[in-house]
Amino acid sequence: MLGSRIDDDRGTATAGGHRKVPATPDVAELRVVRKTPVADGVLTLELAAPSGGRLRDWTPGAHVDLALPNGLTRQYSLCGDRWDPFTYRVGVLREPVGRGGSAFVHDELAVGDVVGVGGPRNNFPLVPSDSYLFVAGGIGITPLLPMVHQAELLGADWRLLYGGRRRASMAFLDDLAAYGDRVLVRPEEEFGLLDLAGFLGDPRPGVRLYSCGPAPLLAAMETVTAGWPRYALRTERFLAEERGAPVRTTPFEVELARTGVTVTVPPGVSVLDAVGEAGVEVLSSCRQGICGTCECGVLAGDPDHRDSLLDDEERAAGDTMYICVSRSRSDRLVLDL
Amino acid sequence: MTATLGSSTGLPTSDADPFDHAVLEDPLPLQAALREAGPMVHLSRYDVYAMARYAEVHAALVDWQEFQSGAGVGLSNFRFEKPWRPPSLLLEADPPKHDAPRRVLTSVLSPRALRRLRDRWIADAEVLVDEVLSAGTEFDAVPVLTSAFPLRVFPDAVGLPQEGRENLLPYGDHAFNAFGPDNDLVARGAPRVAELSGWVASVCRREALAPEGFGASIWAASDRGEITPEQAPLIVRSLLTAGVDTTVHGLSAVLYAFATHPGQWERLREQPSLARVAFDEAVRWESPVQTFFRTATTDVRVGDHVVPDGSKILMFLGAANRDPRRWDDPDSFDLSRDPSGHVGFGMGIHQCAGQHVARLESEALLTALARRVRSIELAGPTARHLNNTLRSWESIPLRLHVD
Ligand code: HEM
Ligand code: FES
Repeated sequence: MLGSRIDDDRGTATAGGHRKVPATPDVAELRVVRKTPVADGVLTLELAAPSGGRLRDWTPGAHVDLALPNGLTRQYSLCGDRWDPFTYRVGVLREPVGRGGSAFVHDELAVGDVVGVGGPRNNFPLVPSDSYLFVAGGIGITPLLPMVHQAELLGADWRLLYGGRRRASMAFLDDLAAYGDRVLVRPEEEFGLLDLAGFLGDPRPGVRLYSCGPAPLLAAMETVTAGWPRYALRTERFLAEERGAPVRTTPFEVELARTGVTVTVPPGVSVLDAVGEAGVEVLSSCRQGICGTCECGVLAGDPDHRDSLLDDEERAAGDTMYICVSRSRSDRLVLDL
Repeated sequence: MTATLGSSTGLPTSDADPFDHAVLEDPLPLQAALREAGPMVHLSRYDVYAMARYAEVHAALVDWQEFQSGAGVGLSNFRFEKPWRPPSLLLEADPPKHDAPRRVLTSVLSPRALRRLRDRWIADAEVLVDEVLSAGTEFDAVPVLTSAFPLRVFPDAVGLPQEGRENLLPYGDHAFNAFGPDNDLVARGAPRVAELSGWVASVCRREALAPEGFGASIWAASDRGEITPEQAPLIVRSLLTAGVDTTVHGLSAVLYAFATHPGQWERLREQPSLARVAFDEAVRWESPVQTFFRTATTDVRVGDHVVPDGSKILMFLGAANRDPRRWDDPDSFDLSRDPSGHVGFGMGIHQCAGQHVARLESEALLTALARRVRSIELAGPTARHLNNTLRSWESIPLRLHVD
């Protein structure tokens, strides 16, 4: 496997001149390679690099930002197999009240289409423990799927309570069947509301609780676990919000404040490369938004963050960016270079 | 070099000993020979595989699925042999166990977390340089600058007690020797292992660490349940093992490079913002960490050959960093080069967690020196310090000319 990848290793492509600059890997884009219905109103997308190369590594609980061809950016939890470095899998629910992200994925997005990608980032990491209780509501099962796999792999004691409206609308029941009675599938139509208190039992030190689903479920979890130790419960809100300005597909300008130079960054060229071509050398390393080496201060403008490093708060601050992968939402960015 | 290269199965083989004193003294001829022999070479003396070209080393480093670290990143195979100390939760761990310690340590050592240290370290470097220059302009740079500076700032940043800090360098030296074979370098460190390990374990405890610092931040993460209280001291230990000797040798590398390339020092003087590039170029050129092993998790195909499951593969980071297939004129230390992408800090999920710390230390020291020093030259013969993994200097006599 390795050998075949070395033959067409893009990282070693040589450009002329004194610098042999490796071609920027196409980390900013993914191609849809499979689209599979998995339950009523739920499908999975499998995504791969257009070059067929490795994708950025991820851990259970991580999500990617997908910039869809219709200009919307949506966040999706990764629910595939991290031991497969070439494919991401995400689950997408058709949301009746969404602003068109999920409807677009269901109705328009086709195998072969290319989407922009940011991350993966993880705000919902699986912390070490001997014992876990997982509670999923609906499509909130997606980040928990790789978590239960990992808990099983580590030999932890774990159980999953999985609620949904109807059995037919609940995804991944086949995958979960393999875990036997560690998994409780509780569609509301058959069982009524989830019995959270009964499932969780009395507070026990060391047990970690994970929950993902709609806001009412998370609110109920907060209430029911009030007597549990601090930090026992970790939740992730259903990743539904859609972010502001659409991702641009047109060139933008980057002004280097200290150097006094302005460069134009066309689509398909990283800010790092564009700045380097203008003769301003910025040190980089991974060129994937992972290591943090290429960090630049942002003095003005609205960065389009694609890295795996900044959390939401740091992104919102807008004062720093990783120019190997991140781009611009505004016509102009001013960098502290 | 006396190594003979052969090939019976089509896979080139070499009987060279990469840990032989003569090779450690000057590894470049063996590196070149292994690179030229092919994408992969069998090292018959240890029955291990070796990669010395950039493309293969880079590809294997990022491929944690097929090339694991959990069986040890030294010659010793933890599948069959007991490690000399409890394995590192970072360096010698695979996902999923690697995940939580890695996440915590990268956040504790992130560029954003280091911002609050920046001004202090720059001021500390200026004070040190002033002290040194007022005592004289001819000295051995290793004790006076390249060891002195990290030892002045890093243990404080971790929050270590004053007492016993002299143990840090010998402990690290032994840990990096222990990645190699059980040779005389390992034997030399063996008598002090128990004592040094005891000191290290004692200062990784919460009670021993200052209330603020990298150590305290790691313990705070355990309070939040991000790692367990059992993991916290071992993650602090990673800082002590990996964070001192490496930067000392990295700083020695960059000063030696400037002393032997006066034109490059002039460039840095003209453009002090090149300090960051200069350090990474030195890390590429000298590769303070020369080698690390991986272990095949299955029968892994590399080109036309197969590395059998459980075999050790020696990654020559230093050789990859001078591979002419990747770098123009690789043997020259040149600030006009873009050293980005070198594997001197590794690559992939184990890439150096302390790289921003190392860069900040060097930026502070180089900036302070560039402010006052017009030129740097060697004032006498240099001496190497031999280590099975590290490329390092015992002594770099320098003569500085100040403005
Ligand atoms: C010039 C200085 C340094 C060099 C050349 C260096 C080199 C490296 C290399 C090559 C690796 C990768 C090992 C592998 O892939 O198996 C590594 C990992 C590591 N380094 Fe550094 N290092 C330096 C400084 C530091 C500092 C200052 C610290 C701590 C503050 C540090 C902490 C670590 C840790 C904890 C790891 C293990 C990361 C993991 O396995 O996830 N290093 N370093
Ligand atoms: S080069 Fe690693 S984050 Fe940009």
